Amino acid sequence: MPVVPLRKMAKGQKGVIHKVNASGELGRRIRDMGLVPGTPFQVQGRAPLKDPVAIRVRDFTLSLRNSEADYIEVEVEEIL
Amino acid sequence: MNDSQSYLIALAGNPNCGKTTLFNAITGARQHVGNYPGITVEKKEGYCNVNGRQLRFVDLPGTYSLTAYSLEELVARNVLVMEKPRVAVNIIDASNLERNLYLTIQLFEMGIPVVIALNMVDVAEGRGIEINADELSRKIGVPVTKMVARSGRGKDELLEETLALAEKNPEWSPLNISYGSDIDPVLTEMESDIIAAKFLTDLYPPRWTALKYLESDEEIIKKGAAADGGLSAKLEKTVARVTDHLRKTLDTYPEAVIADHRYGFISALLKSGVVRRKHETDRLYLSDKIDQFLTHRFLGPVVMCLILYGLYYFAFTYSKIPTDLLKSAIASFSGFVEGSLPPGPLRSLVVSGVINGVGGILGFVPIILFMFLGIAFLEDSGYLARAAFMLDRVFRIFGLHGSSFMAYVVGGGIAGGCGVPGVMATRTLRSPKERIATILTVPFMNCGAKLPVFALLIAAFFAEHEARIMFIITVLSWGTALVISKVLRSTILRGPTSPFLLELPPYRLPTLRGLVIHTTERAWLYLRKAGTTILGISIILWALMNFPQFPNERKEAFEAQRLRIASVLTEEQRAAVLAEAKSGDALPPELAAIRSQILAVDHAEAQATLRYSIAGRIGTGLEHLTQFCGFDWRTNVALLGGFAAKEVIVSTLGTAYSLGRVESEESLTLSEHLARDPSWNPLVGFALIVFCMLYSPCFVAVACIVKEAGSWKWGVFSILFNTAVAFLLAILIYQGGRILGIGV
Repeated sequence: MPVVPLRKMAKGQKGVIHKVNASGELGRRIRDMGLVPGTPFQVQGRAPLKDPVAIRVRDFTLSLRNSEADYIEVEVEEIL
Repeated sequence: MNDSQSYLIALAGNPNCGKTTLFNAITGARQHVGNYPGITVEKKEGYCNVNGRQLRFVDLPGTYSLTAYSLEELVARNVLVMEKPRVAVNIIDASNLERNLYLTIQLFEMGIPVVIALNMVDVAEGRGIEINADELSRKIGVPVTKMVARSGRGKDELLEETLALAEKNPEWSPLNISYGSDIDPVLTEMESDIIAAKFLTDLYPPRWTALKYLESDEEIIKKGAAADGGLSAKLEKTVARVTDHLRKTLDTYPEAVIADHRYGFISALLKSGVVRRKHETDRLYLSDKIDQFLTHRFLGPVVMCLILYGLYYFAFTYSKIPTDLLKSAIASFSGFVEGSLPPGPLRSLVVSGVINGVGGILGFVPIILFMFLGIAFLEDSGYLARAAFMLDRVFRIFGLHGSSFMAYVVGGGIAGGCGVPGVMATRTLRSPKERIATILTVPFMNCGAKLPVFALLIAAFFAEHEARIMFIITVLSWGTALVISKVLRSTILRGPTSPFLLELPPYRLPTLRGLVIHTTERAWLYLRKAGTTILGISIILWALMNFPQFPNERKEAFEAQRLRIASVLTEEQRAAVLAEAKSGDALPPELAAIRSQILAVDHAEAQATLRYSIAGRIGTGLEHLTQFCGFDWRTNVALLGGFAAKEVIVSTLGTAYSLGRVESEESLTLSEHLARDPSWNPLVGFALIVFCMLYSPCFVAVACIVKEAGSWKWGVFSILFNTAVAFLLAILIYQGGRILGIGV
């Protein structure tokens, strides 16, 4: 399956977390929110200025900046 | 009831899981809000009685985790370790089980006896998620009670389970889960070293300490280094070895592996028989549908502006009747006291100092109540998080963070907050530079204390356009705050941005109880301030304005002037002039002219008296500077008083004008007075609004800034810097307006 950074995903697209490349504070925050490898999620939408992005993961909605989404690699069915 | 008969219970849970609702439902009015010593994270405590036993609840800050990531997390952890509650009630959002259990696992790792309150089962069921509480309880080995905190369903069972566990008083037993073949052996090795050296074992379970070393937890490592530097260094070396190994083999970190295994443990728990889903998981919920509209690219920002405008409309419209009633009640009380006390310093103190001072503030309680109610509604409904989501991109431009929005709003971004909690709310920001930039700009927001000043000036000069002016004021304060923070972030506070990661909780209709508690809590704080600080300040200012006493020879000079004017009158005419003051009967034109000459002398004397006082002298001295923005010495005196608390500006102006008021004039409200005063016009009014909005924070806020920013230098900076900004902008408005001929 192709792997893309979360930033590149389109609204409504689904994926599974492949890897989180962040360490330290950002990494810890990402993991606290349940974004660990193997977690499925769906891109819910983006803020009016295209950033941050909102995703639906583990039955809740999480928003994160594109610059943070860059650290998250996602397995997707196909690259949109 | 003494302490031995009551049990301390901690209430732990994620943000947005209904923890506050449950706390309110359990403790009702029997709660106390304070601060943790030395820091300003809110500490809520309350109690309830169950079967004749008292349960004392401490409401831990809502956190996702128990790392040392934020002050809230540290506080939650330290309460568990230091105060050793008998039981932790862990409240979990049933519709969001996996992530909520992440905190539960960390409570288990510490070993505290836990009772689980499985909240919002109704919401979960509505979403087709069914949870088998008995099965969950059996698998994790702690009691699980299904409940709905909003309606109180399941509350009694929860309290009984809690009491039962507290009475059993089990030993703390940390849960040992496997973190995989790379971590486990190291963890065991570290654990035995820790046990052998009794390293921090009086505070923490040994395995937990080892785990925190592996997670590079700053607080624990610091404590460890202080307790036993040698062992601490050895543990850190071990961690470095594992870290290096994990980097080389799996390109990951120990803390990532630990988190993965915690989530793995949770998945395994929930795998069979605990959760049953009726629908597909990617179904759109009502909340998502609302979001498609409220965070829509084009509609979202428009709706946001409408919501803010609507809030003002709501607050101003509905507070009008109670405000008018309260004001007339205060006016007639003031008149009654004035009539029943003999003239002299005591009457002056009571009427001018106390009643007009404090009464002026009480008159604004209704509007503040309505504002607080509106903000509480937006906060509890989940809308504020969306606003942060939509605005983060904008905030980042100015070197801030979406969460700065929360601090701004609490501080008065939607008018009616308070700079003190606003400054405190910045602690959700981790980057010190973003935080200090937010701390320094939060006081530009329109806190509840500035509202009376605005309301006064709006009533005097912009009565027709209340909502519109308030909207302009809001936009202006935001604009200034953002521009100034950009300036700060690109000069003295230059540095990188911090992570955003914000949960967008499902929209919920706020509970009435929650709104009432929230609103009355804030209104009570405001009233208490009015009753204590502001009462004291009013009296001090009254003294400043009355002392030193006007010298007798100057009093005599004014008296001589009056006699000279009156000398042309017959005895009879003199009596008629005096009587006019009381009866209001019209005088013949020639007598009326003389009467107004005498009044002019009275007025001049009153002004000279106030000007002679200490406050008058300071204010007059400052006129050299403030003439450029159109403020006279009376305004300056009021602004000086405003450093104590912004509401004092209103009460000081009130005192200043009632001192200057001539006895015979019909009683005018202060705003009518200003509207008629020739030295005032809408332009001066607006320049003063802007100055009040931006100048030095009140001393309570300054004290808070010093504490939060960690240095008194930032406090001094905020006083001087903010006043300079306010002064420059007020000059710009006043001079610009005069050149363009607007509002003069």
